[in-house]
Amino acid sequence: MNGTGHIVRSFDEDLQEMRNAIIEMGGLAESQLEAAVRALMDRNSDLAQSTIEADVAVDDLEQAIDNMAVKLLALRNPVADDLRLVISALKIASLLERVADYSANIAKRVIALNLAPAIRPVSAIPRMGEMVRHMIDDILTAYAQEDVELAYDVWRRDRDVDQLYNSMFRELLTYMMEDPRSITSCTHLIFMAKNIERVGDHMTNIAEIIIYQITGQAPSEARPKGDKTSVTMIETDISRSTQGNDN
Amino acid sequence: MTDTTETKHKAGWGSKETMSKLAKRHRSEKAFRMIGLGAILIALCMLATLLVSIASKGFTAFVQTRFDIEITFSQDVIDPNNTRDLEVLRSASYGSLVRDALRKEFPEVKSRRDLRSLFGIVSKGSVKQLRQLVMEDPGLIGQTKVISLIASDDMDMFNKGYIDRNVVEADRRVKDKEVAWFDQLDNKGAVELVFNTGFFTSGDSGEPEIAGIWGAVVGSFYTLLITFVIAFPIGVMTAIYLEEFAPQNKFTDIIEVNINNLAAVPSIVFGLLGLALFLNVAHLPRSAPLVGGLTLALMTLPTIIIAARAAIRAIPDSIRQAALGLGASPQQTAFHHVLPLSMPGILTGTIIGLSQALGETAPLLMIGMVAFIVDIPGGVTDPATVLPVQVFLWADSPERAFVEKTSGAILVLLGFLVFMNALAVMLRKKFERRW
Amino acid sequence: MLAEVQTPETTKENAIIKASDVSVFYNDKQALNGVSLDIIENQITSLIGPSGCGKSTFLRCLNRMNDTVPGGRVEGKITLDGHDIYASSVDEVLLRARVGMVFQKPNPFPKSIYDNVAYGPRIHGLAKNKDDLDDIVLTSLEKAGLLKEVRDRLNATGTGLSGGQQQRLCIARALAVQPDIILMDEPCSALDPIATAKVEELIEELRENYTIIIVTHSMQQAARISQKTAFFHLGEIVEVGDTEQLFTSPSDERTQGYITGRFG
Repeated sequence: MNGTGHIVRSFDEDLQEMRNAIIEMGGLAESQLEAAVRALMDRNSDLAQSTIEADVAVDDLEQAIDNMAVKLLALRNPVADDLRLVISALKIASLLERVADYSANIAKRVIALNLAPAIRPVSAIPRMGEMVRHMIDDILTAYAQEDVELAYDVWRRDRDVDQLYNSMFRELLTYMMEDPRSITSCTHLIFMAKNIERVGDHMTNIAEIIIYQITGQAPSEARPKGDKTSVTMIETDISRSTQGNDN
Repeated sequence: MTDTTETKHKAGWGSKETMSKLAKRHRSEKAFRMIGLGAILIALCMLATLLVSIASKGFTAFVQTRFDIEITFSQDVIDPNNTRDLEVLRSASYGSLVRDALRKEFPEVKSRRDLRSLFGIVSKGSVKQLRQLVMEDPGLIGQTKVISLIASDDMDMFNKGYIDRNVVEADRRVKDKEVAWFDQLDNKGAVELVFNTGFFTSGDSGEPEIAGIWGAVVGSFYTLLITFVIAFPIGVMTAIYLEEFAPQNKFTDIIEVNINNLAAVPSIVFGLLGLALFLNVAHLPRSAPLVGGLTLALMTLPTIIIAARAAIRAIPDSIRQAALGLGASPQQTAFHHVLPLSMPGILTGTIIGLSQALGETAPLLMIGMVAFIVDIPGGVTDPATVLPVQVFLWADSPERAFVEKTSGAILVLLGFLVFMNALAVMLRKKFERRW
Repeated sequence: MLAEVQTPETTKENAIIKASDVSVFYNDKQALNGVSLDIIENQITSLIGPSGCGKSTFLRCLNRMNDTVPGGRVEGKITLDGHDIYASSVDEVLLRARVGMVFQKPNPFPKSIYDNVAYGPRIHGLAKNKDDLDDIVLTSLEKAGLLKEVRDRLNATGTGLSGGQQQRLCIARALAVQPDIILMDEPCSALDPIATAKVEELIEELRENYTIIIVTHSMQQAARISQKTAFFHLGEIVEVGDTEQLFTSPSDERTQGYITGRFG
């Protein structure tokens, strides 16, 4: 906010309504992720099922935010920070919707995993999940309070998530090599870990959007990159691939 | 509770209070309209009274009484030596022709006194009338012809009914004998009432029946011509300079105030100024339209300047900006755009100023244009009089017949004024512009 | 990304008008306070700002129209192609032939369409003969996109046209003098949206051959048509920059407040 409000007060109200919707949506996405991870830990298929079903609410919210944005663009002709706010809201909403999708995906895999016996490496997932959930939490705070520093902080934290994911990836690969019967479960775990890592990436994206929204400029630093799994081969493989950074 | 107090302050439709207020408002509006209408009616009544009284007195000035009398254009009297020399024809005694004719017409009149009265029933102007006829057509000499001679002013008045035959003879300007002669001619059908062309074509005269306004009209024309030629360019240039070029400062403010004051100065003061300046200092000819015109130009100038300034100010600034923005100089802007566009307004103001000058008498009295001038002025330096002064002169004359002349001249003057004002209105209508 | 856009273009851009530290006084009232602005050739520069901020005053400095205001005084330096336009050797009449002007209210002369356009060339002696003048008039009307509409009634009076046509006639009239720069003082404020769109389209076309400076109250208009935008406030330039930049992320709080509608 810019100190003083708009001369047209209903414009302020519309903008505030949209911001609230984003925060609400973020909160929903966050709790979805938390629920999915908990379902994994507790091997609770019911919780997983309800998490999958809750995705609809997030989709609806995204639709609502899209409509609000279109209405604002058409009727208010926003410029400068107002314009950035509306555009940011559009983009953040679609990213948050993806976050909810990833949570639903994790929940689906939880149901599948529950059909097989439990395996040890599962424990790394909650750590990652907690880390990313914390990122979501902070990014929403940064959004609500227009806190650029906090956004930068979240943005930098993605590297840690990536590193955790890298180590987990290696661990799971090793695990699979040791016990080929666990391949199915481990693959699911890898996908879950990847999903959580993607959520972390989206938080980085949102952080960038928030930074642009507030300052009018893209982040000045280069984007932190920690996910090396696309170029990772295990030691038994003869060659190391150096091409194809497809992230 | 709050609801009831709120509704109390709301205007309720159809509530008793509202209706009475409404009725009051309608009444006061109606009353105001009636007062306005009344004011206009009073003004119209005054105007109508003026016009009716002038017109009723004045319209008879446009006709005159004539007697059809058989005139013998005797060779012996007019041109005894048969030279047909114009000088001889001019100086012949046409009076004796008239006298002979009247003697022949009324053979019973014998005594000298009666004869003098008899000769008096035709105008002294009849001599001129006959001279003109002969000069135009010398072939008349030796012939006998019925000529319509202008009656004397008394006979004219009698014929028009201004002199009542039932009044005692002693109190009557037209005596019984004259009435008898008139009746005799009337019975013969020799008395006629014709359109008075002389009123419009001849100059002033001591004899009311042949006095005309043409001299005054021409005098007025020359005077106004001078006024226009002097006042219009000076006035317009002053207005343009003051509006378009002059800086806004104390000096121009003073000028402006003075111009407005000049417009309110009594016209007699301008007459005194003209007398001092043009006659005593510049020694211009007295009684001449030149001096009259100059004096009236002084008087008209403020009117023209004020009207022209108003007209120029009415030109929207956007036109000036447009011209300046295209690279026109201020002078080009003024003369290509502002002046042509304001010209209708300027002309309207000028015509109103001139019609004011046309009706002006007082300043002209001061510079001698009040003189009795018979000749039609041939130029701006010839002695002349103007219409309103003519009215003044005639109104001052004792003869009964000049009363109708006065009213007639006023009618002509009013005609000119109406014409000029109509022209002003027409100009305004024709060139009126919407921006 | 943004840093890349800014640097290389400034070297290409050729400032045709350079105003430095321009102040304007009307009697004792200061209307403009130390304004410096470069106008780039063949670009549309829009001047925005609240009423009374000095944008129109600045515009009128550029063709010395302030000279016509009694009590007006201009300080500072404005150069056109490197020549000081307030130098005593510069005649404002000739200057105005190079720097044309279009006003807020369409103000055609109450003359024929032909005479409206021909007036400028006539007073500047641009046409050698009647054919020449015809040519200038037709070309100018063509450039102003009006020729099609008025070709068969060149002798009809200019004030009889519709508002938008009148404004385009005024633009044609300005073009007929063959200026390099056209100043426009809120040219669309008296027009309906369709006429506005036509005039805007015309302004964009004119940009190819002319440098245009436009004062506008419509920020959408400034955003739509101009390459550079300068925001005036209280007689000063608060911010000037690429229009896109200024309308997406202005650097000054006041600009932001004004364009988003939070002023006051």
